[in-house]
Amino acid sequence: MSFIAPDLTPATPEIFLLAATCTVLVADVYFPERFRLFTYHLAQTSLVITAILCLVLFPETPQVTFNGSFVSDAMSAVLKVFILLATYFVFFYSKVYLQVRELFRGEYFVLGLFAVLGMMVLVSAGSLLTVYLGLELLSLSLYAMVAMNRESITASEAAMKYFVLGALASGMLLYGMSLIYGTTATLDLSAIRAHVAELDGRNLVLVLGLVFVVVGIAFKLGAVPFHMWVPDVYEGAPTSVTLFIASAPKIAAFGMLMRLLVDGLPGMHGDWTGMLVILSVLSMGVGNIIAIAQANLKRMLAYSTIAHVGFLFLGIIAGSAAGYSAAMFYIIVYAFMSMGGFAMVVLLGHAGFEADRIEDFKGLNDRNPWYAFLMLILMLSMAGVPPFLGFWAKWSVLREVIAADMTWLAVVAVAFSIIGLFYYLRVIRMMYFEKAEQPAPVVVGSEMRMMVSANALAILALGIYPGGLLALCVSALGG
Amino acid sequence: MENLPYLSLVVWTPILGGVWVLLASGARNAPAVRTIALLVSLATFLLSLPLWGQFDVGTHEMQFQERSLWIETFGIYYHLGIDGISMPLILLTTFTTVLVILAGWEIITYKPAQYMASFLFLEGLMIGAFSSLDAMLFYVFWEALLIPMFLIIGVWGGPQRIYATVKFFLYTFFGSVFMLVALIYLYTQAGSFSIPAMHDVQIGLQAQILIFFAFLAAFAVKVPMWPVHTWLPDAHVEAPTGGSVILAAIMLKLGAYGFLRFSLPITPDASHALDWLMITLSLIAIVYIGFVALVQPDMKKLIAYSSIAHMGFATLGFFIAFRIMMAGDIDGAILGVEGGIVQLVSHGFISGALFLCVGVMYDRMHSRMIADYGGVVNRMPVFAAFMMLFALANSGLPGTSGFVGEFMVILSSFKTSFWIAFLAATTLVLGAAYSLWMYKRVIYGSIANDQVAALDDIGVRETFILASLAVAVLALGIWPAPLLEVMGPTVEHLIEQMTTTKL
Repeated sequence: MSFIAPDLTPATPEIFLLAATCTVLVADVYFPERFRLFTYHLAQTSLVITAILCLVLFPETPQVTFNGSFVSDAMSAVLKVFILLATYFVFFYSKVYLQVRELFRGEYFVLGLFAVLGMMVLVSAGSLLTVYLGLELLSLSLYAMVAMNRESITASEAAMKYFVLGALASGMLLYGMSLIYGTTATLDLSAIRAHVAELDGRNLVLVLGLVFVVVGIAFKLGAVPFHMWVPDVYEGAPTSVTLFIASAPKIAAFGMLMRLLVDGLPGMHGDWTGMLVILSVLSMGVGNIIAIAQANLKRMLAYSTIAHVGFLFLGIIAGSAAGYSAAMFYIIVYAFMSMGGFAMVVLLGHAGFEADRIEDFKGLNDRNPWYAFLMLILMLSMAGVPPFLGFWAKWSVLREVIAADMTWLAVVAVAFSIIGLFYYLRVIRMMYFEKAEQPAPVVVGSEMRMMVSANALAILALGIYPGGLLALCVSALGG
Repeated sequence: MENLPYLSLVVWTPILGGVWVLLASGARNAPAVRTIALLVSLATFLLSLPLWGQFDVGTHEMQFQERSLWIETFGIYYHLGIDGISMPLILLTTFTTVLVILAGWEIITYKPAQYMASFLFLEGLMIGAFSSLDAMLFYVFWEALLIPMFLIIGVWGGPQRIYATVKFFLYTFFGSVFMLVALIYLYTQAGSFSIPAMHDVQIGLQAQILIFFAFLAAFAVKVPMWPVHTWLPDAHVEAPTGGSVILAAIMLKLGAYGFLRFSLPITPDASHALDWLMITLSLIAIVYIGFVALVQPDMKKLIAYSSIAHMGFATLGFFIAFRIMMAGDIDGAILGVEGGIVQLVSHGFISGALFLCVGVMYDRMHSRMIADYGGVVNRMPVFAAFMMLFALANSGLPGTSGFVGEFMVILSSFKTSFWIAFLAATTLVLGAAYSLWMYKRVIYGSIANDQVAALDDIGVRETFILASLAVAVLALGIWPAPLLEVMGPTVEHLIEQMTTTKL
């Protein structure tokens, strides 16, 4: 057996990011305290360069390297660019949050960069091993980030919960993978695909393996009944970390789902569609209904995430290229909406005060009409009211579900979205119809103001003209 | 100047004007804000006049069409156009908005810029909904217009405003999402979101019935029809005067417009099969809600219930047409549908005027309760004269616009069933009873208390508002022919669509 050097070109962004992250890590150690901000700038620069590399190396045709373990195709490239973009915003919001609370340490950015690397590997995975590698790199970084504020008891509790349950889920996933490996004798996703097609899906061990894989995916996305960690972690983690968990990793988890189910096991489409229908209906139901009872905005958004995951599944259930691109559109839109929502929590908070109760938004229209307007956009967009971007996300998955002759599922979904509207309206109600408890004006740095405005206005502008982003998602999946 | 995109102009002028008003609020100068808002609404009104002036009354085809690709991936077009049904409603919208801006002139002191801007946004979005010929464009406008209304009721409303506005939003959203599913389903059948294309698509009866109910959920809530009307009295009572006026005069019309644009032409067979249901619901609205209106102690609530009853006439006119057509009487069917549409426009003027009348009194007394008034005529004779006209119009006095629509619908009902006509005609008694009884208790009698004794008659601004509505009510009542002429070919075409089975 001769050694053939793999073609490194498709993996250049990842390799660069790894090198850059190590540089940031080392540099951070040697910087004196007053240059701490430099770590941040270095991290942001790495993200930007990685994104540029992704765009420059945009693969016209799928490229496979490392003996099939690493795939670079249009989907992975688009997902990576959005992961990097989301992380860029997240790092910016986090900087503001961490500085105010004197938690500003280099580790946050280093761990964040490692998580991004994990995500990039995950969405480019060509074999079960790469999936697992990327997932663990991502997850372990996130566990540590949740626990970053050592003094906070709730944060430690959240980290512990996240870690234990996450480890369990990884175990499940790994077990499922081992069953699939046992049946097909290969780790390579394309080889598994061919093998399953030969088996015609009639293999009990394979179905059992699939069940565990779906459980692992459902856990990472936070679908009911594997959602228990989501509200606790969202609430307990520092907002800067919640904001991260709620955005980029969701895009990556979508990538994982696509790689495992659509790339690896399309032959078992009938089996996993059934499972996803159950997960989807439960997620939309439980997420939307329990969110009504939440007084904490972070918790409310956690349940809303669960509901959104249910909606995301609809696109996958539709089982067509158009359905997958609708789901991809949904997850990207979702990541930016939820990021904006948490950014508002960051924005309204200050040292010693966390604006994470819904009541903290009381009278925001009196205190600052502009931020109230931005939050209005974000909330209504999440609720799926036109003309905001969230409407088109919901719309596109509904369309695919109806096109796949599952109109009943679309009816269930819209029925739950009515329930969902109620709690989003509650936030708007607080901002516009209630009087503020402390009518102090909101003091925000100009940079933060600009970023949050850009974030929310993008939701509005893309809602009025969603064509470009939609077309991008469609072309990424070759629809 | 022939080829100006007038429809786009009337849709976007108020929306961009609203943004301008918001930007101008930075200086915190209410007078400037009001002036800008008024100018924008006047400009919109003027821009909407050519829609009438250059309207070709000889055709049912869509006019002033504009069409360009909006979302390529999904084949959604920015497609506007109007026919004889939507044109009068658009003019009603631009006209009413000017009055509403004026009505809020000195009354609104809390965040006037946001108030004025909300109404301007609302105006643009409503016109957009009336003129969309692409189902998704329609849906976007239809849903988006909930947002400014939600804020108008919630921010400037009465004590129970939050309950009322959330109820309003949830009810309407509830109806709309099912319509969305139906529209997407129709897209999968028709291959396009174009509304005219949806009119032509062939669908089986079972699917038609499901689609019909999905549409019904959306439009019945908006009209509103019994039993999904309960949001309306709450919303009306709590909304500021301007909000009530827009709600009654225009937003309710959107529901009725939806029946004409979607339900009847897209699902004619289901509409026919279920016309008994629609006729029953309409009659319940007319008779039962008429009685409910009679016992209301709150003037706004009374007018709100009377709106529901009057809108029942519109839906009755639309759906009675099937029965008349069965008897082979096409002219009778046309009469019914036209009567329904006249009723829409007329109700826009009358209910708007009545809400403004209540607003005039509320601004002075801060009460809407009938019991708090009495003998207002002694202090406000001019106002009392105007309100007299509108109360009589509300009860369907010949010579006012209220009579024309009701008479046409009752006349056409007679062609199919005496009893339907009889029940519908009870409104002439009930309407007179609740309108005039309220009028008597509020306006006549001796001066009830010191507050009434201190009232001043209406000023120039209020006189202008009420006078322009009075002119509209009388003009439409005495000479409805121009309106009938405009809608004639469109209604004939609609009847043709309704008679053509899709099975």
